[in-house]
Amino acid sequence: MTVLNKVESETAAPETATAARHSPLEHRAAELERRSTSGARGVRLHEEPFLSQINLRTPPGGVESSAVSDSLGLPLPTVNRVSGDEHHAVLWLGPDESLIVAPDGRAEHLLRTVRDAQRGGSGSAVDVSANRTTLRLSGPAAREVLEKLCSLDLHPRSFGPGDCAQTLLGRVIVVLWQLDREPGYRIMVRCSFADYLVDLLLDAMAEFLDG
Amino acid sequence: MLLVRCPWCGDRDEAEFRYGGQADVDYPADPHQLDDAAWGEYLFVRANPLGSFNERWVHTAGCRRWFSLVRDTATNEMSPDIPRRRESR
Ligand SMILES: [Zn+2]
Repeated sequence: MTVLNKVESETAAPETATAARHSPLEHRAAELERRSTSGARGVRLHEEPFLSQINLRTPPGGVESSAVSDSLGLPLPTVNRVSGDEHHAVLWLGPDESLIVAPDGRAEHLLRTVRDAQRGGSGSAVDVSANRTTLRLSGPAAREVLEKLCSLDLHPRSFGPGDCAQTLLGRVIVVLWQLDREPGYRIMVRCSFADYLVDLLLDAMAEFLDG
Repeated sequence: MLLVRCPWCGDRDEAEFRYGGQADVDYPADPHQLDDAAWGEYLFVRANPLGSFNERWVHTAGCRRWFSLVRDTATNEMSPDIPRRRESR
């Protein structure tokens, strides 16, 4: 797909009302804590709310993509891969589309950085931090839990740290990102589906509750 | 359940896709020149072969890209020889 629109001039971002905001899963924090287990067959689930997320469109292989990559200090990821680490990452979403993920509060800065790099070229950068919330699923049994809901082959031979995929968990579209070998995963889900996805995950985790 | 090969993401479950019908149906060069029958033909009439069929799919739950593939309508076998013509759309 070709990106045709020129980069718009920067507009001032509104002040974020961080004091008044609520995350989609904050009302279930205690429940997630209670249903998480440790040990050899343990699995833990919690929300990582308010991560900064920038949706990036850039023509693949063009001058724009190297400029953006330089400005971020990270190579743009190859297919189904993540470049960077959990604190500063770019995820592959499509042939001309990536998702920049960073800790809470970084969106405005990242947006300015990327748009400066894109100036005069093609592409776009949009703050989509409010689109999805993030779940972190980790522990020795985490892969077994995901396998109940996901049709991808998550065995280490085909999916490992630094891999990502947009896929279905149950009936929900998610961005699935494996962070480490434990295994630990980030599951990025649209806010309105988060409750339903947590229901599915807790159900899949139930068998590991007693050890 | 079919395994569909997205040219970008690789083999994925059929449930991640939506079907887009026959591929390579060109928009008429000058629609105003068509009479009603020809316009109706363009809008609604599609090939329905037994065997190889070029068709459009979209990876809805994945990369959201449209692509074409060749499917055998009798066996559901999908050819890895994806027609390249419209991939850029
Ligand atoms: Zn795809």
